[in-house]
This record gives sequence, structure tokens and C-alpha cells, in this order.
Amino acid sequence: MSTLTGLLARPGRTRTLAGFALAAVLLFAVAPAVLSDFRLNLLAKFLCLAMVAVGIGLAWGRGGMLTLGQGVFFGLGAYIMAMHLKLADAGPDGVPDFMSLYGSGEVPAWWEPLRSAPVAILAILVVPCALAALLGFAVFTRRVRGAYFAILSQALAAAFAILLIGQQKVTGGTNGLNGFRSFFGYDLADPVNKRMIFFIAAGVLLLMVALVRQLMVSRFGELLVAVRDQENRVRFLGYDPAVIKVVAYVVAAGMAAVGGALFVPVVGIVSPADVGVVPSIGFLVGVAIGGRATLLGPVLGAIGVSWAQTSLSESFPSGWIYFQGALFIVVVAFLPGGLASLVSKLRRTPREQTAAVPDAPVPDAPPTPAAPPVPATAGGHDD
Amino acid sequence: MDVLFSQLFAGLSLGSVLLLAALGLALTFGQMGVINMAHGEFMMAGAYTAYVVQGIVSNAGVSLMISLVVGFLVGGTLGLVLEMTLIHRMYRRPLDTLLVTWGVALVLQQAARNIFGAPNVDVRAPEWLRGAISIAGLDVPRTRLFIIALAVVCVVALSLVLKLTPLGRRIRAVVQNRDLAETSGISTKATDRLTFFIGSGLASVAGVALTLLGSIGPTLGTNYIVDAFLVVVVGGIGQIKGAVIAAFALGILQATIEYSTTASIAKVLVFVVIVAFLQARPQGLVSVRQRGIA
Repeated sequence: MSTLTGLLARPGRTRTLAGFALAAVLLFAVAPAVLSDFRLNLLAKFLCLAMVAVGIGLAWGRGGMLTLGQGVFFGLGAYIMAMHLKLADAGPDGVPDFMSLYGSGEVPAWWEPLRSAPVAILAILVVPCALAALLGFAVFTRRVRGAYFAILSQALAAAFAILLIGQQKVTGGTNGLNGFRSFFGYDLADPVNKRMIFFIAAGVLLLMVALVRQLMVSRFGELLVAVRDQENRVRFLGYDPAVIKVVAYVVAAGMAAVGGALFVPVVGIVSPADVGVVPSIGFLVGVAIGGRATLLGPVLGAIGVSWAQTSLSESFPSGWIYFQGALFIVVVAFLPGGLASLVSKLRRTPREQTAAVPDAPVPDAPPTPAAPPVPATAGGHDD
Repeated sequence: MDVLFSQLFAGLSLGSVLLLAALGLALTFGQMGVINMAHGEFMMAGAYTAYVVQGIVSNAGVSLMISLVVGFLVGGTLGLVLEMTLIHRMYRRPLDTLLVTWGVALVLQQAARNIFGAPNVDVRAPEWLRGAISIAGLDVPRTRLFIIALAVVCVVALSLVLKLTPLGRRIRAVVQNRDLAETSGISTKATDRLTFFIGSGLASVAGVALTLLGSIGPTLGTNYIVDAFLVVVVGGIGQIKGAVIAAFALGILQATIEYSTTASIAKVLVFVVIVAFLQARPQGLVSVRQRGIA
């Protein structure tokens, strides 16, 4: 019970508001002022990955559903956005360049609706959530859970990546989709528009964190944690755990999809290398290290890990993989609560109580501009 | 008729590879509920063992036989070390073992890349495994037949160990009820270690067999791990029978769908079939009667 109440204990409303205000100031005023355009774009990429992490924090940290397939939802969002951008670049009735390259001269019928921007935005939200709902209901109502669910979600990611590679004519195959010129009519080569996309990403991420916080203090949030800890007891109380889990899983999928959709204009490419088994597990790394069961742990963990990867893999490409592996082993095995649990441990010692640690990102939140400039390529797995 | 036969054979062949990959996994997963993501890397270790052994013993036939034995020991030792350092700490957190062993897999993959280089390497097949023999008008590659035979040998050997030896009795007891087994004087710790040794060793044997089918590289394990896990999920944990049926069923299904569509569509359809199958049997084909499962 003590862990349960500990999780549900929340800081006061004033402190939360102060935290959000601080995060907003950091993202909207400080970061654009001190970071170069290049680095700001890099930070925007990290923010997109952090959106996936927020969803994973909800599904896995609070709901206990270890999802190894978030790459699928991330990828669906990203590919739908990329398809729309390709069609928009091609102009009305035009054919995306890569399609003529691979031999087929016409746009497939199921691509056509995505020419319209509202349809594309709607599809980014609806398609991944529908898939998550479908899989969730199929799996959770039959009480498939734990390792079985993890393996199934992983198989979904594998199948999705293989499908994308296999259908080269409509998906660009291994190369994925790239070379976008505009974003809803705004020229992507213009740094001002890149900046605008950063602000959109920052705003969306703040909204997501706020949404998860609201969910967590609601009855739904309490039920979700209860299902994680004692599914049967929740069932005996008259709730359907499957529905609760599906809702959390769908929200997580939607967040991953939005992250993927914004990832495309920021990074300029999406390929199967961003959505398969390896990147799907990669999404978990930051969440686990930051602290899966906390509100900000996944966000800060994802940003911190991506930043470390970008800066370290430049100087030590093979060293980074050893480091990532070792970090993962050590944190999961010896500090299951992630780094966030260190913070709360410190906070509980009487000595530290006077200097209360704020709930907002303070010490290591924004990636410090120490990294050498690196090309913002997607993925980063060169195998 | 010919088409049917060749599909059946392609399915059997794929199934036997899946079975070899999944056999050790079924054992360790059933025994401890541990999801070992490094299992694929133990396969990779076996494949590279075959490569190294062939560098020392140039006769391909002799080196294959030596590799099977040495590979088993190499994989088993890796598994043993993993169990003793990390996994035994994490019994009550099976999902976390997945993450930890994935970290181990990353490290092993990178180590292979640093030791053997990123490009793939080849292992020569012995003379007597080259070419094909004709069975009922169908040309069947000898390597495929060898792998089917190897899968049969491994299954039979493992079943005999589980059924007839004192170790097998202990393993079965621990699978069925860990606490009661412990109370009855079985050292579950020692049993876990031996199980992990055998399961990981089998992974490496599978890796040695894979060298007969193509070149080997650091990502060899990643290519097989998902399918191997699916076999275990469909088969139901803890019993070899389930893994055998599931491996061949999935192999034949995949080969058949692949014949009429493409490999990538087949993968998706197989996944859909598996999810549909789990609607009917969420616990898999064969489930051990377990007690004391929370």
C-alpha cells in the first residue's frame, strides 16, 4: 500500500503550476535564445522522442504493460505525415518522386485521401489508435499479459518493419520517405519555419504531460495503477481491467503517433530503421533510466538519453552501444525506479526536506549545448 | 502434388530452424519465467564458434562436429555467467529480465562487431552436405535435411534428459511448483543454473546449424529472436511438445502463405493468425499445469 499511496501522492497545485510555468519558460524562451538553429532542431527531435516516452510511461510505468512495439505507432504517425508531405510536395494530382523511381507511375488509391491536410492529421490520430484498440481488446480481454503481451507487441513491430521494407513501391522500402520540401505550405528550408515546428513540438509535449498528470490524479489513473498491482482485485470490485488497459494503451499509441508525425518535418526522413524491433526497445531505455512510474522521469530520461547518444556516438560510435547496454543493465537491475527514484529518496531524507526538489525539470533538463555538431539523421543504428 | 510436397518441405525446413532457435528458450522461459533477449546473441555466439573452429580445423566435416560440441559449451557458459551475475537477482521481476538481457544482447552484439568485424563471414559446409538429393522427384538440399535431423536429435535428447534423469525430474518439479520443489529439498538455485546452461547451449547449437544456411553477422540473433519467442508463446511455456508443434505449424504456415503472396505479407498474416489463435487458447497449445503462479 505504501508504494501505491506514494505514487498517488501529488505535489500541490501551486507547485505543479510553477513547474509547468518553468518548463514553458525553458522551452519557449530560454532554449530558442541560447541554442543555435541546428541545436534547436536537434532538441525538437528529442522532444518528439519524449512524446513516445510519455505514452510508454503511462502504459508501462503506471499500467504495467511492457509494450515493445511503440515503434509501430510512432511509425504509423510518421509515415502518414510523410505520405501527406510527399503528396503535398508533388502538387495536386502529382505523383511523389520516389514512386516514379520504383516503377509505378500512379498514386495508390489508399494514398489519395492523404492529399488533404485535415484528413492526414485525423489519420495520424485515428489509425494508430484504432490498431492499438484492436490489438488491445484482442489481447487484454483474453487476459494475455506480462511477457506474452510484450512478445506480441514486439512481433507486431517486427512484422510492421518487414512489411514496410517489402512494399517498396508504396513505402520507399529500406530508404523510407525523405526529401520533404514543405510542411503544410511552409517552406522547410526556412529556419523560421523550423523554429515554428520546435514550438509546436514543445507545446504538444507540455500538453501531453499535463494530460497524463490529469489522468493520473483521476479515478482512471488510480484504477490503472491498481490493475497493474492487483488485476484480479480490480476485477472483483466490478471493473473491467481490459477496458482500463486498452484506454491507457490507446493513449500511449496516440502519443507515439503524434511524436512520429512531428519527427518527420524535424528530421526530414522516416525509414523502417526508425520503427522496427530495435528502435522500439530503444524507446524504453530513456523511460527505464528516467523512472518509468513517474510523470517527468520518462520525459527527462528520453531527452537525456537521446542527447547522450547524439553527443557520445559521434566521438565513440562503438563505445556508445557498450555504454547504453551497461546503463540499461545497471539501472534496471539495481535501480528499478530509475533515476527519478533517487530524487524521491533524497527528498525523503529529513536533511533534504527543507530544500524541496521542484517537480519541474531543473538540473539537467535542457540538453546543454556541449555536443559537437552532428547531422540530425534518423535512427542512428548503422547495422 | 509437387507443389504441395515442396511447400511442405520448405515448411518443415523453416520449422526445424525455428524449433532449434526456440527449444532452449522454451526451457528457460518455462523454468524461470525469464525472457532472455540475449538468447539470439547466444545463437550468434554459436555461429561465430563454428567460424573460429573452422579457422583452426580446416576439414569442414570435422570442424562442424567439433563446433556443435564446443558451441554448446560456449553458449552454455555464457548463459551460466548471465544467470549467476544478473538473472538470479531478478526472479520476482520477469519483465525486467527482458530489459536487462536486452542490454546484455546489445553489449554482445557490439563485442562481436569489434572482434569479428561488421561484415558477414562465411563458414564452409562439408563436402557431404553440399548439393541436393532427390526425394520423390524433389531436389532437397542436404544442409536442410541435416538441420531437420539435428532438430530431431536435440528434441529427443532434451526429452530424454527431462524424462529420465534426476536433473530432468528436478527441472520439471521446479517448473510446476518452485516453492514446493525447494521445500522438498531440491536446490532450485542449482537447477536454475543447469537449466540455463542447457537452454543457452541449445541456442548456440542452433547458431552452428545456421552457418550452413548462409553467412553470419552480428545481427544474426536479432533476426531470429522474435520468431523464436512467437514459437514459445504459441506452444505454451514449459513443455517441449508445444514448442515442437508450434515451430512446425508456424514454419508450414509461413512457407505456404509466402508461396501465394510475398515474404513480408506472410509475416503480417502469420502474426494475425497468432493473435487470433490466442483468442482461443491464451495459454498456448500445451500448458503445464502450474501451481503457485501469482
